[in-house]
Amino acid sequence: MESIWLIIIFAAATLAGYQLIRQVPSLLHTPLMSGMNALSGATVLGALCAAGAAVYSGSRICAYIAILLAMINVAGGFGVTARMLNMFKGKKEEDGQ
Amino acid sequence: MSDPLYYSLCAVLLFGVMAGIALLSRVKTASLGNGLSALCMAAAIIVVLRRYDLFSLGGLWICLIIGLALGLWGAAKVKMIQMPQAVALLNGFGGAASALVAAVYVWDRSPGNGFAYTAAALALAVGWLTFSGSMVAAGKLHNRIRQQPLIWPGHSPILLLCLSLMAILICLLPLWQPGRITAAVLLTLVALFFGIAFALRIGGADMPIAISLLNALSGTAGAIAGMTVNEPLLVAIGGVVGASGIILTQIMCRNMNRRLAEILTGATAISKSGGMPAAKSDTPPSAARETIAAASSGQAGEADVFAALQSARQVIIVPGYGMALAQAQHLVKQLSDALERRGAEVKFAIHPVAGRMPGHMNVLLCEAEVPYEQLYEMQDINEQFALCDVAVVIGANDVINPAANTAEGTPIYGMPVLKVAEAPLIVVCNYDRNPGYAGVENPLYDMKKTALFLGDAKESLNKLLQALAENV
Repeated sequence: MESIWLIIIFAAATLAGYQLIRQVPSLLHTPLMSGMNALSGATVLGALCAAGAAVYSGSRICAYIAILLAMINVAGGFGVTARMLNMFKGKKEEDGQ
Repeated sequence: MSDPLYYSLCAVLLFGVMAGIALLSRVKTASLGNGLSALCMAAAIIVVLRRYDLFSLGGLWICLIIGLALGLWGAAKVKMIQMPQAVALLNGFGGAASALVAAVYVWDRSPGNGFAYTAAALALAVGWLTFSGSMVAAGKLHNRIRQQPLIWPGHSPILLLCLSLMAILICLLPLWQPGRITAAVLLTLVALFFGIAFALRIGGADMPIAISLLNALSGTAGAIAGMTVNEPLLVAIGGVVGASGIILTQIMCRNMNRRLAEILTGATAISKSGGMPAAKSDTPPSAARETIAAASSGQAGEADVFAALQSARQVIIVPGYGMALAQAQHLVKQLSDALERRGAEVKFAIHPVAGRMPGHMNVLLCEAEVPYEQLYEMQDINEQFALCDVAVVIGANDVINPAANTAEGTPIYGMPVLKVAEAPLIVVCNYDRNPGYAGVENPLYDMKKTALFLGDAKESLNKLLQALAENV
């Protein structure tokens, strides 16, 4: 992909994200943050590309470590977010009873 | 996989992630949103594996699975009060991963394309400083590193020097490809050092801002790494995460009445009251017993308080981080239940910066099974303090300090505070009456209508609970 497109995508995504996230109430800021945290682990996609294209065994090991760290980030982030949101949700159902 | 197909799939997945974030803005749909985002991420991993035909690489699968297992294990184990350091730690991992992606590119590709090389250099810098900064932040939040800002002589010039060095190395890396490994290693070291130096200077109370900022940085690092490896989905998601971190940073700054520049340069007045944070966080709650004897030397007597609570119709509870430290949230819930049984309406007033990360207090109360309908944001409850019967403050100080409206020149001047001072009767269950992190005396403690219960919040709350249990 042309470099210019990557920059345009970055700018557009930043603006769109800004609009979307402004709507989140402060009640949900901690889950929002941990969810965003999980998404920042999207760098696992880059790590996979890098692992596939790695030439030297040293650089491949680097890529593998990157995959490992990014995956901890993704799984941990989504995991804690789900846990917190379940607390919010669980309470609501109890109230309904 | 052909390019058009791949880009279409990326667009669909990005849409899914965005929809997930949109769903996160309401409690009812938030779980679904999180699930949708997670699903899209999983799909994205499969798509990338398919595109580069990586299914046969065994090591890669092992890393994915170990990462998944470790992440889920950690997520299941972490306590809610530890959430800030958990988020900081994960942030650091994300940053390091982005930096490593860039490192692999620099290592492998020579000659490489100028754009990708520049992006790689940037990702190395941002990624490594996010990593080291997050580790220090996590250490501070976990009390492994002293929470007070650590300021070296010449701290600012050192940081400035690091920044200039990083800028030079980033420019140099694409231009001087024979020395690229040396430049990348140097850049890594400078960025790591910069992250440590900058995070050490941020005080414990400013951590909500610091971790919001680090969150933004880890997203940005990911986006730049995505530019290096030509991965549009990563670029887009990184951009969204960056935007989210920036918004949270802005919100936190506004509500703590701090400018970002002040925090980054360590220009805060926090160190003035050095004894206070230490006393609050280091002393085990049990050591507080003797102080409780001196409690309620104040103005409104205990008997008045008990009587008022017994007959109250409208009670507003103001929890602060002190409540969390004393692990008193379950007792607070019991207090709320006891009041409700007596027919009172109980509301919780949550200051936006209560806790150690954005929205932290809501999560802690929610864990104690306080229904979120009872949690009110500052702007929604501030006018109700004058109308309530009793305001009960538990471990909050700076966020209720009326001096914020009057004490010009102090760090909290102009900071939005909860208008507890307007309540007809104020019950304060704080550890002591020292100034909070901001180091400003709280005139609330000297008011005629204030009853102070000093000491461990658990014991103070037990007293109140006992009073409520009597003559039902």
